[in-house]
Amino acid sequence: MTPLILANGGAHGTNLDPIFSQVLFWILAVLAVSSALMMILVRQAVHCALFLAVVMLSLAVMYAMQGAPFLAFVQVIVYTGAVLMLFLFVVMLIGMTSAESLVETIRGQRLWAALAGIAFAVLLVVGIGHAAIGSAAPQTSANGAGNLTGLAKLIFTTYVFPFEVTSALLITAALGAMVLAHRERTSPKPTQRDVARRKIASGQVAPEPPPGVYALHNAVDMPAMLPDGTTTTRSVSNAVVQRDLQLGRDPEADVASDLAAEERVEKERQIEAAARGREDQ
Amino acid sequence: MSPAAYVFLSVILFVIGGVGVLVRRNAILIFMSIELMLNACNLAFVSFARLHGNLNGQVVAFFVMVVAAAEVVVGLAILMAIYRARRSASVDDASLLKN
Repeated sequence: MTPLILANGGAHGTNLDPIFSQVLFWILAVLAVSSALMMILVRQAVHCALFLAVVMLSLAVMYAMQGAPFLAFVQVIVYTGAVLMLFLFVVMLIGMTSAESLVETIRGQRLWAALAGIAFAVLLVVGIGHAAIGSAAPQTSANGAGNLTGLAKLIFTTYVFPFEVTSALLITAALGAMVLAHRERTSPKPTQRDVARRKIASGQVAPEPPPGVYALHNAVDMPAMLPDGTTTTRSVSNAVVQRDLQLGRDPEADVASDLAAEERVEKERQIEAAARGREDQ
Repeated sequence: MSPAAYVFLSVILFVIGGVGVLVRRNAILIFMSIELMLNACNLAFVSFARLHGNLNGQVVAFFVMVVAAAEVVVGLAILMAIYRARRSASVDDASLLKN
């Protein structure tokens, strides 16, 4: 199937079977539009990125169907591979708290945005509908010697100046990203001696107790139990606490109920032992 | 499939991306919507390339991809800088120039 999709030429711009290409188009179109809609509606940034990946991959297949195999692969490698991973990196750096609140700051913003979108879509569809787009021209000269050769010829002859400018743009972008993401160190880096001194001065020489040492749960959000039987929140990372709050979990309450249950069992066991002792006598 | 169908699909995707830019308030998600719009444009370019039977549209789509990659790099770096300064990626919070 792959060589079939990627092959160039043919009467309709591709040499795909028309029925097959129609079925594929409709599947991909529905997939792309529904993923794009989900991308707008979903709250979590990570889910958004995944839906965007679906859209991009289906567009890549569409490029391949339309006799643009080079662009299809660039789409997969550059967009889905690099750009989207960059997005995911930033989402991970900025944190899981980047889920949006659903409160509207401008009243009726969503409604008006949707209306404007529909109006714009109608405008574009009517305009393009009037433009009388014909069927695909047979690709004579363009893809004659292969898509990649044709593209290379164009890029290095007609479009050679924009291509060179692109390199300047990329260098500028890389430098700009480095400058923007760079943080100047304003204080000297603490040495090992400084760290040790601060630790001793703080009064707590030993590290914080690790989480999850409580015997009934070894999850990382479970607070550690100190030797005196109390739990300590110092053992749990702040990020984990935030996440628990978001998910509505309460490990402290779990520990408390476990401790209560244990006490109850202990009491019953004592009563049982006493009863058994009486029977023995 | 005729190129017109692809062009209509790209219109729909472009509009969805535009609505996303209007509706979302997290700057990352706004960026993703912009990417969606750029992708829709690329689809239209490729479709027109097939319509005309030459490769100019594909070259333009290629340049759009390169520019989009550069734009994303700088945009996300700005976003990181803003987040570092304000501890928030919401576009409502970046209103320092107001008043």
